[in-house]
Amino acid sequence: MKTLKPVLFALLLALAPVVHAQEAPDALVKRVAQETLDLIKSDPKLQAGDPARVSEVIESRLLPHFDFARMTQLAMGRNWRLAAPEQQRRLTDEFRTLLVRTYANALAQYRDETIQMKPFRAESGATDVVVRTEVLRQGRAGVQIDYGMTRTPAGWKAYDVVVGGVSLVTNYRDEFNEQVRAGGVDGLVKALADKNRPGAK
Amino acid sequence: MRANCVLVIAAAVLLGGCATTSRIDPLEPVNRAMYAVHEPIDRTLVRPAIQAYVDHVPRFVRQTITNFFNNIDDLYSGINGLLQGKPDKAGHDFGRVMVNSLIGLAGLIDVASDAGIPRGEEDFGQTFASWGIPHGAYLFVPLFGPTSVRDGGGFLIRAYTTPVGFIDNVSLRNVIWGIGAVDLRAQALDAQTLVERAALDPYTFIRRSYLQRREYQVYDGQPPPAKEDDE
Repeated sequence: MKTLKPVLFALLLALAPVVHAQEAPDALVKRVAQETLDLIKSDPKLQAGDPARVSEVIESRLLPHFDFARMTQLAMGRNWRLAAPEQQRRLTDEFRTLLVRTYANALAQYRDETIQMKPFRAESGATDVVVRTEVLRQGRAGVQIDYGMTRTPAGWKAYDVVVGGVSLVTNYRDEFNEQVRAGGVDGLVKALADKNRPGAK
Repeated sequence: MRANCVLVIAAAVLLGGCATTSRIDPLEPVNRAMYAVHEPIDRTLVRPAIQAYVDHVPRFVRQTITNFFNNIDDLYSGINGLLQGKPDKAGHDFGRVMVNSLIGLAGLIDVASDAGIPRGEEDFGQTFASWGIPHGAYLFVPLFGPTSVRDGGGFLIRAYTTPVGFIDNVSLRNVIWGIGAVDLRAQALDAQTLVERAALDPYTFIRRSYLQRREYQVYDGQPPPAKEDDE
């Protein structure tokens, strides 16, 4: 028994990250959303929209759960193959920055919201699922927010957010298509970079 | 009445015109010109006025106004629920209208939502869609925003039949129309900030958002998976 204990302990340690990585996608969404809402409620700086604090929270709490490479690839559609690996990397970086800037602004507006999970169905062994939630706030119609999620070695990650039926990836597919048609992949990279430049609208 | 006939003919022409092309926005050059007219007016005049409304009118007053117009929406939602063969939804909506009109002081207080009766949020555009009528051309109308031949047609039917239109006192009627417009625009204020932050080309972004949103509404929140090139 004595000799078994450290072995068991080592085994437990070895298993811990695996268990964590396999947190079910709906449980993950619920936990992260709830933690973030709680954090906003208890942090006046966040409520005031303090830019440094908001980006800190987004970087540390939300971004690890997104798969930006896949998101960018889906938004590019057929055009993804036109992009060289270096261009793909830049696109992913710029797209990520754009989304962070966009949502940094939206985050500060959350206050009394609560999140309700919708029934979640997925076949065992599924690697691509949709987690449905509804965000409720006093006196207003609820907004359905769905997350397209994919299984990665580092746990489930979101690659699309669908707000009231409007998919982020689908919206950007039109936008990216248009830019690539007009100025090639480089044109799109430039358009994103221009949009991200500090001071740009 | 003659205006209506012209409209129906125009709609038929546009719908027919659209059948020969798969693109949803055959009038894009015109629409973009309309958007170019709309954007500066909205940015410099409309938006500051609406922002002032949101900043200076207390939330509960604005909510009361929203409730009043929602009550009329619910009536139309009930009618459209019936037209689409969704009696359960229609029942909820008519129930809401009755409860809110009688107990909720002519719709000023949304008692029905507190009682947990859901809103159907159906409209004529969705009814036409359920009858198999396609969008027709996408349209961008200055000061009104994104719509399509089908949805815009539905809106016109509604605008011509709304109870507000039966108020005899012209100035009172116009005031109510005006407040309704302000109320609607105020609800879209946050979305607009988002579009500005997020979009490379706001015109395209708004168009796809609108089409996705309508698809979602037509299928009551369960749209079929999107194809990649469904434009």
